[in-house]
Amino acid sequence: MFDKFKTRAEAVSSEVYRFKTGTEALEFIVSFLKKEGVSDAPKSYALWADSPFLKGVDCKSIESDVPGLKFEVTRELAVDSLVGISEMAYGLSDTGSLVADQTKIEDRLVSTLPVIHIAIVGTGNILDGKAEVFKKINPGNSRYIAFITGPSRTADIERVLTIGVHGPKRLIIVFVDDMGGAE
Amino acid sequence: MKKNFKKSITNAVNNSILTGALGKFSEAYKVNRAKAYEGIDFEALRQIIADRKAYAATHLDALAAAFTINAEAQGAKVYKANSAQEAIDYILKVAKDNNVKTVVKSKSMASEEIHLNKHLEDIGVSVKETDLGEWIIQLAGQKPSHMVMPAIHMTKEQVSDLFSKEVDERLSNDIPQLVEVARNELREKFIAADMGISGGNLAVAETGSIVLVTNEGNARMVTVLPKIHVALVGIEKFVEKFEDIVPILTALPRSATAQLLTSYVSIITGATPNTDGTMKDLHIVLMDNKRTEMANDPKFAQAMQCIRCGSCLNVCPIFRLVGGHVFGSTYTGGIGTILTAWFDKLQESEDIQGLCIQCGNCTEVCPGKLDIPEMILEIRRRLVLEKGQPLALKAIFSVVNNRKMFHAMLRTASLGGKPFTKGSYIRHLPLFLSDLTEGRSLPAIASVPFRDEFKKIKQPKCDEKIAFYSGCLIDFAYPKMGLDLVKILNKAGYEVVFPLEQTCCGAPARYNGAYEVAANNAVDNIKALMKEDVKYVVSACPTCTVALNHEFISTFESLGQTEHIEEAEKLAAKTIDFSVLAKMLIDEGRIKLKKGQNLGKITYHDSCHLKRTLKVSEQPREVLKKAGYELDEMFECDMCCGMGGSYTIKLPEISRPILERKITNIKNTGAPLVAMDCPGCVMQIGGGFDQDDAAVKVKHTLELIAENLEDDN
Repeated sequence: MFDKFKTRAEAVSSEVYRFKTGTEALEFIVSFLKKEGVSDAPKSYALWADSPFLKGVDCKSIESDVPGLKFEVTRELAVDSLVGISEMAYGLSDTGSLVADQTKIEDRLVSTLPVIHIAIVGTGNILDGKAEVFKKINPGNSRYIAFITGPSRTADIERVLTIGVHGPKRLIIVFVDDMGGAE
Repeated sequence: MKKNFKKSITNAVNNSILTGALGKFSEAYKVNRAKAYEGIDFEALRQIIADRKAYAATHLDALAAAFTINAEAQGAKVYKANSAQEAIDYILKVAKDNNVKTVVKSKSMASEEIHLNKHLEDIGVSVKETDLGEWIIQLAGQKPSHMVMPAIHMTKEQVSDLFSKEVDERLSNDIPQLVEVARNELREKFIAADMGISGGNLAVAETGSIVLVTNEGNARMVTVLPKIHVALVGIEKFVEKFEDIVPILTALPRSATAQLLTSYVSIITGATPNTDGTMKDLHIVLMDNKRTEMANDPKFAQAMQCIRCGSCLNVCPIFRLVGGHVFGSTYTGGIGTILTAWFDKLQESEDIQGLCIQCGNCTEVCPGKLDIPEMILEIRRRLVLEKGQPLALKAIFSVVNNRKMFHAMLRTASLGGKPFTKGSYIRHLPLFLSDLTEGRSLPAIASVPFRDEFKKIKQPKCDEKIAFYSGCLIDFAYPKMGLDLVKILNKAGYEVVFPLEQTCCGAPARYNGAYEVAANNAVDNIKALMKEDVKYVVSACPTCTVALNHEFISTFESLGQTEHIEEAEKLAAKTIDFSVLAKMLIDEGRIKLKKGQNLGKITYHDSCHLKRTLKVSEQPREVLKKAGYELDEMFECDMCCGMGGSYTIKLPEISRPILERKITNIKNTGAPLVAMDCPGCVMQIGGGFDQDDAAVKVKHTLELIAENLEDDN
């Protein structure tokens, strides 16, 4: 499942990583933010939307480790962010897609406005495809269900595929093996 | 046909940027689409979609009611707009009531259908299209030329000029840099906008959800950032159940852009939190604008099954030559012709309906199982009912309506054509007819038609009989094909009967909307062909086979004539195309081909009616291989040759480049011989090679079988 997901996701320019533990994933994300030049200045912030992954994580100490990383998500900060981090509930192996209930505005802001979107997903939540995920999602209690498949793209000028139009230019998918299911 | 329409066609086919981009796209599309559908049973998938959409189309009021209740329960405001004007008025009122100054839009064909931008601008609202292609079109002050790729007709240089003007800075032609300019320019608009307007790819009745399928991320901006969101959704977008999204979401991106899934799919159900913690002011406008009327018309209800993927445009041999602008309206291509006839009015489709060559390519790929060519014929029929036939055609069909007069005229034409004949072709015609022979010669009318030759044949005594339906082309232009057919069937132990009262199959009349004439032709032929009890009625022209097999019945049905339907059904059951019969008789050992021959390379052209209506493509190939030919497939072997009956006469400026493409593809194989199973294609392609340097022979498959029969059979 993971291998198939990775192949399909990379085919649409997603960058896929997998870690055994949440701790390893966290270390990766922190070093990634530093490497990409996140800093406490407009256009360089990183915004992390609250999610189960952050349970038990010492956000304060990470904030002080990575200047510019913020756990309080606002529209103004999102506009000026380089990186947005959110959790997505499912991966779909047949299309390399991610699916989540993004009714919470923070989830939408950090996956829409920044240049780079980091999505955290439990490896155990990779499903075959749409048919399976449609049995799990329910518009009755999820008002904004989002499918994300790779970074934003266009081919509107001379049919030349260009990555990064209005949405993120990069999609980094971080799978975590020891994360409980999203259910 | 209006003069400016003809002129727009000439401009389009001579616009090398347009035809180059569309041509390359259509070639790549075919390959990429096939790849995207790997592992998926397309026929099963599209049957589900067609069923679900057909259900929705027959339950529009119930679905609208359910949608309204469910969406409003989640905090949306739902407005049912019966007309374009009601939709406009409602949206303008929302804008005024909320003091809206700026609007950002994601792509919505429905909004273009009602010219919403103009109406908003008229009350002083600034509207920005944010889909890159749409923004380019908006800056250029043009209309989209393609449903999915609005600016496919423009070059990066033209885009760079437009953007340079917009940002007041000379930009380069580098595409990623141009995209970056759009990102930066439009980002400010998204942030500042008071209202977002989107379309909707689907509206789910049981949950009140709308689904947005996009790639650029602009629809997410439009639905997230402004506090007001207006979704303008045509009621053809309804599905009943939440799970109905799955099949459509499986087909839409694959068919539209050959993607497994677009970058973003958003399922929005009711009002969502805004960035400041308030709730979204979500207005869903369900627009009818004659869709209910269309759904209630038995011939056009199927148009409601369209999911707006645009694949009918992508495979259309005409669209890739002329692009979308010649359609002069919001919706383009085959589906656009139908939607224009309904959403505007029937008269508006008068010129554009003539662009369809009836090749049927679109029917093979349509995920909603629409029969677009059939609906376009119905438009033709209704136009003729409303306006009458143009005088020239009226004169022609009054002749075709009368077999004796028609056949007498064809005989005279044999003499009349003489001064222009060279060998077996007419190379040049004088005056206004000269267009017909530009780039292609016409076959000379034979001095002795098949019906006269037939009388001279001495057939061996056989127990079984087959009736031969020759069609006009074999009878009057290619009698040798008829003689070959008799020779082959005699060797297989069949006596051939040729009822002399047979006449034109009615296809030309039908394809020009003259259904009464087509019905008269059908009656004459049924009487002639059912007179004697025969095992089969064979035709070596797939267009005629289709007429005998399907169209007699459907013509009667369209006219509400029931008298001859039973006989027509009996005839249909006996009718067989020669390509199928030959394969069968070879397999049965009744036709014996010379053994062990090495006849060299050959390439095969699939005729439209044979491949797509009769679903025959393998049989002739196997027969040719069995005869000893080495088959070398040409590129786009099943693409129309541009013949299309009277199409060559009405729109030679389109027919010609299609033929040139076909000739090039044939030549590129290096085969000295091209086979096909339709005398119409032989006429078109043979005529093309007559004016080309290449020494490629053009043959009907039956001629090649006749050449290679075992001597003592």
